[in-house]
Amino acid sequence: MEEVSTEEKALTFLKEKFGGEILNVDSPYDFLTVTLKPEKIITIIKSLYDEQGFQYLTTLCGVHYPDQKSIVILYQLHNLKLNKRIRLKIPLPEDKPSVPTLTTVFPAANWMERETYDFFGVNFEGHPNLIRILNVEEMIIFPMRKEYPLEDQVREDKNDQMFGR
Amino acid sequence: METVPLNNVKVVETPAGIEGAGFFATSLDKAVGLARKNSIWPLPFATSCCGIEFMATMGSHYDLARFGSERLSFSPRQADLLMVMGTIAKKMGPILRQVYEQMAEPRWVLSVGACACSGGIFDTYSVLQGIDRIIPVDVYVPGCPPRPEQIIDGILNIQKLVESESLRRRDSAEYKAMLNSYGIE
Repeated sequence: MEEVSTEEKALTFLKEKFGGEILNVDSPYDFLTVTLKPEKIITIIKSLYDEQGFQYLTTLCGVHYPDQKSIVILYQLHNLKLNKRIRLKIPLPEDKPSVPTLTTVFPAANWMERETYDFFGVNFEGHPNLIRILNVEEMIIFPMRKEYPLEDQVREDKNDQMFGR
Repeated sequence: METVPLNNVKVVETPAGIEGAGFFATSLDKAVGLARKNSIWPLPFATSCCGIEFMATMGSHYDLARFGSERLSFSPRQADLLMVMGTIAKKMGPILRQVYEQMAEPRWVLSVGACACSGGIFDTYSVLQGIDRIIPVDVYVPGCPPRPEQIIDGILNIQKLVESESLRRRDSAEYKAMLNSYGIE
């Protein structure tokens, strides 16, 4: 009999317990990636933590997809005991992205959520200190969102003709 | 042991003045300029690769001590020259400005490298597009990064400014207006 891999076990677990929440399952570069509805994400991560051994949060970040008018929050979890990883994605609406904070499960999510707020303007409900972490406090934009230009707008000496702006 | 004959040592030139038996008279400006020029205490504000070039500049091969600047001051309060070397992020801007404000007059600023002068390749929302947007700069050294020879050239140009500066320049209305245009004082 073929051995069932940890990823498959985790996927079966998700399908059984949260089947209605799953939007898409993919495995790019052999990395199990599950796209979920955003509503129950904290419960799902908590049960992966408790029952599947994914007790380490590798990263939490945002991705902006202007075509789909959505901001995707990406959680990457790690089972340190078995050295297996899983990636969870939740799409949020572009105009008012909001999701409950993960700091209740992983205190380490604090700064990651602040960074995601800083660059994408995602509101993490219940976060203890949701302020900018890397950019200057006076910044009024969320620079990683595609509607904002990359370049500093104070320059007058650089133009499209010479610098490809 | 071989000794170096003293006449091989180059000393600074005497400023123009009147010389006679037992006396030498020159203007105070010139005497002070001469002293200041050859004992500049730099404060290195190094954030990236230009700072590495500066380390080479201070090393025995290029040896900035030849120009009287071997004594670095890591406190802005005792420094004469602020050497800004490297990319200044916008978040670093207020810190750089505070360091400049803590320096006592007379003070000079040398901007080393493309990033400090203009933002360099970092044409982006998070990087200050040249330190002259927040503090006045006396001499710009281009390069990415500049070679130690170029940094020495920048220091020599600072020396020219220091030597020829009038003692009353820092009290002038023009100088104060310049500082005010940066929102300082």
